[in-house]
Amino acid sequence: MNAATTAPPAGSGLSETSLQREPAVTIFERGAPGRRAFQCPALDVPAVDPHELLPAHLRRSTPPALPEISEPEIVRHYVRLSKRNFDLDSGFYPLGSCTMKHNPRLHERVAALPGHARLHPLQDPARAQGALELMWNLERALSEISGLPHVSLQPSAGSHGELAGVLLTRAYHESRGETRHKVLTPDTSHGTNPATVTMAGFEVVALATNPDGGIDLDDLRTKADSDVACLMLTNPNTLGLFDPNIVEIAEIVHGVGATLYYDGANLNAIMGLSRPGDMGFDIVHFNLHKSFTQPHGGGGPGSGPIAVSERIAPYLPVPTVTRDEDGHFNLDHERSQSIGRLRGFQGNYGCFVRSYAYICSLGAEGLKDASETAVLNANYLLARLKNTTHPPVAEYLPLAYGKLCLHEFVLSGGPMKRELGLKTLDLAKRLLDHGFHPPTVYFPLLVDEALMVEPTETETRETLDAFADAIAAILSEAADDPEIARNAPYTTPVRRLDEVAAAKHPVIRQALS
Amino acid sequence: MAEASYPDDLLYHAEHDWARIENDEAVLGITWYAQDALGEVVFFDPPAVGTALSQGEPYTEVESVKAVSDVVAPLSGEIVAVNEALADSPQAINEDPYGAGWLVRVRLSDTAESETLMDAVAYTATLGG
Repeated sequence: MNAATTAPPAGSGLSETSLQREPAVTIFERGAPGRRAFQCPALDVPAVDPHELLPAHLRRSTPPALPEISEPEIVRHYVRLSKRNFDLDSGFYPLGSCTMKHNPRLHERVAALPGHARLHPLQDPARAQGALELMWNLERALSEISGLPHVSLQPSAGSHGELAGVLLTRAYHESRGETRHKVLTPDTSHGTNPATVTMAGFEVVALATNPDGGIDLDDLRTKADSDVACLMLTNPNTLGLFDPNIVEIAEIVHGVGATLYYDGANLNAIMGLSRPGDMGFDIVHFNLHKSFTQPHGGGGPGSGPIAVSERIAPYLPVPTVTRDEDGHFNLDHERSQSIGRLRGFQGNYGCFVRSYAYICSLGAEGLKDASETAVLNANYLLARLKNTTHPPVAEYLPLAYGKLCLHEFVLSGGPMKRELGLKTLDLAKRLLDHGFHPPTVYFPLLVDEALMVEPTETETRETLDAFADAIAAILSEAADDPEIARNAPYTTPVRRLDEVAAAKHPVIRQALS
Repeated sequence: MAEASYPDDLLYHAEHDWARIENDEAVLGITWYAQDALGEVVFFDPPAVGTALSQGEPYTEVESVKAVSDVVAPLSGEIVAVNEALADSPQAINEDPYGAGWLVRVRLSDTAESETLMDAVAYTATLGG
């Protein structure tokens, strides 16, 4: 059945006219020859013939195919495109392990200051003292939050921070004359962990999860040996549970000479409450774009700084920010044991400005309050779902592990699938019709039909109630007619997508007519 | 195949694989339960003919819209044929897991191993719910 041509079901309250389904066109398909959105001022420097400047093989023979379009058309084109997207500024976005929290508008004002926005990355450090001081201060703040002394802001994303961390681990072992081959990751780990391990040339060894949702210590003891370079751990983990055995885990890992790596994706649960460095972690990555707010549109930009212990510090990427005795800041490119440069320039500076603004405006107490509220919101939503008896939400969507959670929780849609014939994917798609972005689905893999919800501290009680009501309404509707959810969504610019074709035959370039 | 089915003429491994034993060879695949849990399969990377399989160990991967998953060998042996058609139509693993969706044919190294596998009734009992 081609879901895209299915009429909305009777009783769903939807009509074809409510479907905003105009065809998508590119900017190149709009406009007309000769139309302009601007006029160049008269040339006030001597004109130079490009033939004198550029060698023949670098000159184009035909003009580039640029859109010719008026300013109102440009504005409408991009505003219309933006409305087809579901973003945090439009509605609730409870994406598990991704911390989609509100990005305060103050941060945009600060980041737009010309001293930040117009600073060239190749500016002489002597004339970029303010920017370097901001980076230095942000490093100190992240050091304090993580409980580890040294920080590099360079990595551009969480996964990039992970790669940096595993490369630092390799450099650390090699400096001691050791070549180790294996990295341990729990079976609840973020998919980026095993991917990073493979990319860095190590072999992935998965650790089992115990019935309480933490690491199986016996499995860890069996697998931890002198060939293990590192254990990558998220704490709280992707089940939203803090591993109470963390001190023992650190002892086992350090006992075989390996490093302990902290995946900071779930830092939003513990800011100001506990510190990875105090738990025994050697390397931490932060997701500034998760825990410390960024505009969340189109998947970027991100920033994934790392904090490390003293023994890892010599290998940090170059350049690092330094401060001399007179309080002048500089960039140090000369670090003999460094793993080298991870990217161009100094990192995503705009992210640094926003995250620094966030840390300054909240302060130590405010960060702690944010984490506590994030945990409270998650537990409120969990309790609200559990206490819904018509329909019995907890019977269809039981909590996979534990009784309480930290900043996120994972439900299993297994009973819903068996009893109502509704898969977690169907529930997720139907949530779109209720105006909510779906939570993370089918992760972690060890939970049958997983649904992973992270509400964050920035949502109101009314929003959490409305989300819980939507889940209940979808389950009730499915008890009467599961077909409605199976064909959802109905109100979005596109309906069910052909994921198989998208994976097998991706169209990554659109030919221009 | 919309409805769960576990044919009586197959043997089953706890990791959701099936084996159809034919003298000293066996055809291997994944069960209805496995393909349903995986979701739509988009890619199957067949191992090379001649690859040695060891019972209980992963021997290949199946990629679905949800995840890439290991496929565990229900029996030990050496691959003598692979299902080449899956390269173009991996969805056969979903549509016909016991027929067109077969993965590999192996020459068994220890036919006695088949006694460690389950019949359809025993396997179905492990699935719960």
